[in-house]
Amino acid sequence: MKRGALRPLLGKTLAALSGTMISGAVWAGYQLNLREPQSALARDVYNMHTLVNLVCLAIFVVVFGAMFFSIWKHRKSAGHQAEHFHENTTVEVIWTVIPFLILIGMAYPATRTVLAMKDTSNPDMTIKVTGYQWKWEYDYLKDGVKFMSTLATPRAQIENRADKGAEYLLEVDNPLVVPVGKKVRVLLTAGDVIHSWWIPELAVKQDAIPGFIRDAWFKSETTGTFRGQCVELCGKDHAFMPIVVKVVSQAEYDAWLASRKQGAASPSSAPLSRAVLNGRPGAAVAAFGGQLSDADIAAAVAFQRNSRDNKVGDMAQPERVASLKPGAEAAARAAR
Amino acid sequence: MAHDATHAHDAIPAHDGHGQPGGIMRWLTTTNHKDIGSLYLWFAGTMFLVAGSFALVIRAELFQPGLQVVHPDFFNQMTTLHGLIMVFGVIMPAWAGFANWQIPLMIGAPDMAFPRMNNWGFWLLPVAGFLLLLGLFMPGGAAAGGWTMYPPLFVQGGISYDLTIFAIHILGASSIMGSINIITTVLNMRAPGMTLMKMPLFVWTWLITAYLLIATVPVLAGAVTMLLTDRHFDTHFFNPAGGGDPVMFQHIFWFFGHPEVYILILPAFGVVSQIIPTFARKPLFGYASMVYATASIAILSFIVWAHHMFTVGMPAAAQLFFMYSTMLIAVPTGVKVFNWVATMWKGSMTFETPMLFAIAFVCLFTIGGFSGLVCAMTPVDIQIHDTYYVVAHFHYVLVSGALFAIIAGVYYWLPKWTGHMYDEKLGKLHFWLSVISMNVTFFPMHFLGLAGMPRRYADYALQFAEFNMIASIGAFIFGFSQLIFLAVIIKAIRGGRKASDQVWEGAQGLEWTVPSPAPYHTFETAPVVK
Ligand code: HEM
Ligand SMILES: [Cu+2]
Ligand SMILES: [Cu+2]
Repeated sequence: MKRGALRPLLGKTLAALSGTMISGAVWAGYQLNLREPQSALARDVYNMHTLVNLVCLAIFVVVFGAMFFSIWKHRKSAGHQAEHFHENTTVEVIWTVIPFLILIGMAYPATRTVLAMKDTSNPDMTIKVTGYQWKWEYDYLKDGVKFMSTLATPRAQIENRADKGAEYLLEVDNPLVVPVGKKVRVLLTAGDVIHSWWIPELAVKQDAIPGFIRDAWFKSETTGTFRGQCVELCGKDHAFMPIVVKVVSQAEYDAWLASRKQGAASPSSAPLSRAVLNGRPGAAVAAFGGQLSDADIAAAVAFQRNSRDNKVGDMAQPERVASLKPGAEAAARAAR
Repeated sequence: MAHDATHAHDAIPAHDGHGQPGGIMRWLTTTNHKDIGSLYLWFAGTMFLVAGSFALVIRAELFQPGLQVVHPDFFNQMTTLHGLIMVFGVIMPAWAGFANWQIPLMIGAPDMAFPRMNNWGFWLLPVAGFLLLLGLFMPGGAAAGGWTMYPPLFVQGGISYDLTIFAIHILGASSIMGSINIITTVLNMRAPGMTLMKMPLFVWTWLITAYLLIATVPVLAGAVTMLLTDRHFDTHFFNPAGGGDPVMFQHIFWFFGHPEVYILILPAFGVVSQIIPTFARKPLFGYASMVYATASIAILSFIVWAHHMFTVGMPAAAQLFFMYSTMLIAVPTGVKVFNWVATMWKGSMTFETPMLFAIAFVCLFTIGGFSGLVCAMTPVDIQIHDTYYVVAHFHYVLVSGALFAIIAGVYYWLPKWTGHMYDEKLGKLHFWLSVISMNVTFFPMHFLGLAGMPRRYADYALQFAEFNMIASIGAFIFGFSQLIFLAVIIKAIRGGRKASDQVWEGAQGLEWTVPSPAPYHTFETAPVVK
């Protein structure tokens, strides 16, 4: 191929490329680094990643600088004659020891961050998070507030029958709400298969393992809405169970909690739940009480009440369903 | 003597296959290391096209946000089969093919130590491949639990999950037979004068790889057997309801899995250590330190497994142990890279296609090593685990690492195998298309992972759209470029410029002392190595 013809083309391509890089509007879609950290831990991680990258870059430049220099200079076509050395213990020792020292330098800050990440002691509040195929359940242990959080993106957007919204696949019906500046400990488990709960901005990622409880913590320094996704393959809808955390001021949090407590007490989802549990004699409504778990029934009821034209906007909770079972209702009446 | 036992077979007039069964029976019954080597390589090449086309299904779906091409469940079947087949059906058989062809030629042995087991070891592979692919036609489709097969998800699936488990058993049996054969051949059948420390580095790396296989494949077999009994016989190894622990599977799997990644890459180190000295016309720098580095990588590879599990919630002490041991592996890996660069230094280099691929290997594998180091830092890994960053990491070490070394090795030894020079122009075209499109495909995945795109996702948020589109374009170019490779190979088999026995000006070693193409039987009397 003729070199002369190639050069201008290459030049134009490079110019076009650097043009797109500089014009921020185009470049905005191309996030290159970790997301902007929102907690001290996330900032540690961010800085450590930068440090490791700089070290790698330096090594790369030195080693491959040498290699490409050699490729250029020590070519047969440039008339270079091969020398015949093939051993040197001194350099072998040098290039074993130097990387070793560099690694020790990197291990030190990493160790400190690992220990900080594992320190879940003295939390301000504790939330239990349970992964299900394919939704999350949040349980505010002290406050008795518990709800399901499922993908809010409409099917039509996923199947390309409607335009995709800005938060496509990153939106849920009920986000987790936490107060700013508080150390939140999360206890994780799962009801079926392994899932993994992740908020990139807060540097918290922990697998949710059925039959076991693991913990992790985060403490957001700023208010805002942070979005993550499930990061352990959990079946067909693995990509469709996002995590949304709303970090709000303490006052807003208190107000939210109060309204939640009230919402949980409202009996409005009871009739439908009862119908699903017990069926409706004489109509084609089967009794699912013995077949489905409380969580599934709650999910089905919540779906019925909030999909298509129904917009009740509340949730049916598994405990509520359990309390509606014939046995439980009789027991409750007897107790009164 | 053992020789007498095989006398009847030897009595068949051997040269060029006269008097042997013809047609398909020749290949079904062959015990010749060169035939079996070719079978392995053709099998690997075929499976490469199959698993590669699965990858293109994945990339087609990910070309744009939204579901366009496949359903999420089928998407998961594609990622699972792609991973399993690329690892067990492409890279491992390809290395077994190289071992069969080259080890006897490089150590001056007439054949492998156990020729009949060699035949059996190969013919198990198509059976396993058939079982894996059969899953696609079963109710519910193929296994979709990822190549890592984690329970409880893997316990949920249908019959194809059992087929997958059986396929793994069969593949494992094949690998163990291959390894026993290689170890016995290398330890007992070297030409007089070839001490261990005079063996070509490719032979060394395979010897160590074979030990890794023997040590870890039974562990994998045990893990999948426990999956099988959990699925069907009411055991509870991994079922918490019966006192089991799903995380235990991950420990067992990765105790196999991490050495496995070195099983895939050590022979690549060997091939590159053959090629670079040839085209630099200068002996390998630091031969002894290369051997020691290979051995220490192999040993260390047994104590780093849990770096794949930093997010399962291990105690801090365990996280720190696995972080330190993983970082340590970077040291011998670095030594290897430095030695290759020192081999090129002050050589007299030419850049035929094998050398181009070897240089790309050194450069791009090192990028994969760097991202490995990033993954080794536990706090950082917790951020990027199970994201596209890890996908980028292991494709740099496996595509531009293992696969590029396989391609380099094929170009390097093809003239010896076929007797013809390959088409250098097409080879170079194949190289440039591959190396560019490989980077276009996988480099943006680093950014996607850092920005937060999880792996094994059939659909993704809008901010990941640009890089995914770029990656998909790169993937299609890479995939179709490999057809050039196929064309080059077929062309060289059909004809072309006659290759000399020496083939490459700077090549050293016994394989270059036999005619090109290498006759059906070589080194019937052992050469003497000074
Ligand atoms: C400097 C050397 C290396 C280091 C420090 C390293 C480190 C790591 C770490 C920490 C992970 C886990 C990342 C995660 O899942 O979060 C990983 C994943 C992986 N590495 Fe490496 N690695 C190195 C070299 C290699 C090589 C040579 C290969 C294979 C040829 C390889 C293949 C893989 C694969 C296949 C995975 C992903 C497995 C999966 O989750 O499906 N790595 N590596
Ligand atoms: Cu998931
Ligand atoms: Cu590993």
